[in-house]
Amino acid sequence: MLLAIDTSAGTSVATLWSASSSAGDSEGGAAAGGGSAEASSTNPMAHAEVIGELIAEVLGASGLDASAVTGVVAGVGPGPFTGLRVGLAAASAFALGRQVALLPVVSHDAIALAALDEASGPLLVVTDARRKELYWSIYSGLNAHGLPERVAGPSLSKPDDLPPEWNGTPVTRWDAAEVSAGLLARIAQRMLDAGLEFEPFEPLYLRSPDVTMPGAVKRVNS
Amino acid sequence: MLMAVNEDGLNRREPLVLGIESSCDETGVGIVRGRKLLANVIASSMDEHARYGGVVPEVAARAHLEAMAPTIREAVTTAGIELDDIDAVAVANGPGLAGALMVGVGAAKALALALDKPIFAVNHLVGHVGADVLSPEGQLAYPQVALLVSGGHTSLLLVRDLTSDVELLGETVDDAAGEAFDKVARILGLPYPGGPQIDRAAADGDPKAIRFPRGLSQPKDMDAHRYDFSFSGLKTAVARWVEVRRDAGEPVPLADVAASFREAVVDVLVSKAIAACTDLGVPRLLLGGGVTANARLREVAAERCGAAGIELRVPEFSLCTDNGAMIAALGAELIMAGAAPSPLSFGADSTLPATEICVS
Repeated sequence: MLLAIDTSAGTSVATLWSASSSAGDSEGGAAAGGGSAEASSTNPMAHAEVIGELIAEVLGASGLDASAVTGVVAGVGPGPFTGLRVGLAAASAFALGRQVALLPVVSHDAIALAALDEASGPLLVVTDARRKELYWSIYSGLNAHGLPERVAGPSLSKPDDLPPEWNGTPVTRWDAAEVSAGLLARIAQRMLDAGLEFEPFEPLYLRSPDVTMPGAVKRVNS
Repeated sequence: MLMAVNEDGLNRREPLVLGIESSCDETGVGIVRGRKLLANVIASSMDEHARYGGVVPEVAARAHLEAMAPTIREAVTTAGIELDDIDAVAVANGPGLAGALMVGVGAAKALALALDKPIFAVNHLVGHVGADVLSPEGQLAYPQVALLVSGGHTSLLLVRDLTSDVELLGETVDDAAGEAFDKVARILGLPYPGGPQIDRAAADGDPKAIRFPRGLSQPKDMDAHRYDFSFSGLKTAVARWVEVRRDAGEPVPLADVAASFREAVVDVLVSKAIAACTDLGVPRLLLGGGVTANARLREVAAERCGAAGIELRVPEFSLCTDNGAMIAALGAELIMAGAAPSPLSFGADSTLPATEICVS
């Protein structure tokens, strides 16, 4: 069973299991036939508060316990710093606790997987980066493995600077406010099935920390 | 082996607890069995902050995420245990830098769930006091006055019971003492972190050369701020004094300024801590926090505690600075005292009061 966690936009947690992956672990229940469970919170200020309950909820809904998790899928963003880190910290700690693989996936890929069912490429996935900026990625379509083919991004731009086209073809803009951990898990499963390499475990902040270099010491006497 | 296992299945006799600390710039993971220290691993991002002259919260939080899993792994190896062996996870959920704390909270919750173990969200400041139970000389005696001094905190606590009764007597109303060292170091052209730099510069200086002000120590302050601290005015006084010399083209006697400034900080810290012990009839003082690395603070505290008949305790430095062992130790004390685990819904609280020992 895969556990997937994404906190790049709100908090989304999911499990994905197949009948075969749970064989021997379960005497029935939800896990027997294979399936998925997903739970999420759209609160942009409560990632640390909800992450534990959401993981517990999807594990409970799967009818399997933590020991059935064979890999932890981590949405690496792009996303605003503070929230994004909560999910990545949780994903890496869970993988460490169970001694299973950490499977990093670009969060925009999950948005593209859903969108490419309805829209054809090139698709411009856009999410809020706050501070009047946007994160974006361009996808040309689904590849032979059923995976979104990212051809540009993830990048950060002002709203007016989004790319209007890719390879001479106008893009279809696809704005998203949420990322589904369930879809992230499906991408990871397809990558595992195809024997593909995962992204490095690196948060896609796409921005440097706000820092100001100290200037000269200010005068205190007038 | 006979184990005292509570009806909730938790080993409450000598619980094996993994503690996670991420409130500032140190990623700390400690492992204790009851009151026995098994591992205390610390990854610090201090070097990354040096060029900015202070801790940059976002830089600290990014470093926590990078360091968290390797630090947990190293602590487990050092302790010679398997992660599955632990009885509970403890995590500091405040006070501290919110974004930094959240990395520890996220990791701790997921680790507890992965291992199917209970979690205890504990107070970072009380953890500093809890570090003392790991000292070889034995356990804390109550009541205890604790002076916690670091780059982020300057707090005076009355601890009647580590797991159930902590009172905040006073704290800084502006800069933390460690912050004052950093700022004065900058005024004097010394690098960050300021504490060790000032200490070094002060070595050959005369602590009585310049009488810098002792914040909130006038008779008029004794009603409202008897146990509170203020270091902002002191910093400005040093800046003023140095500026006047520089404006006049006179050399600045670095050693004397550093020694006199340090003396003012140490004098106020120790005077107020001893006043609390005397006023409250508590003959025990515990020092904690990174500023206890300051040799002059330990020296003056030892002198004056000796004169006042107060027993002074200073845990070894690796347990005084921010660390995960103190969080694990407080978690273990709570478990042994019968405390219930924290619900999974807790968050990080950057201004968590010292009176809230554990989220229940």
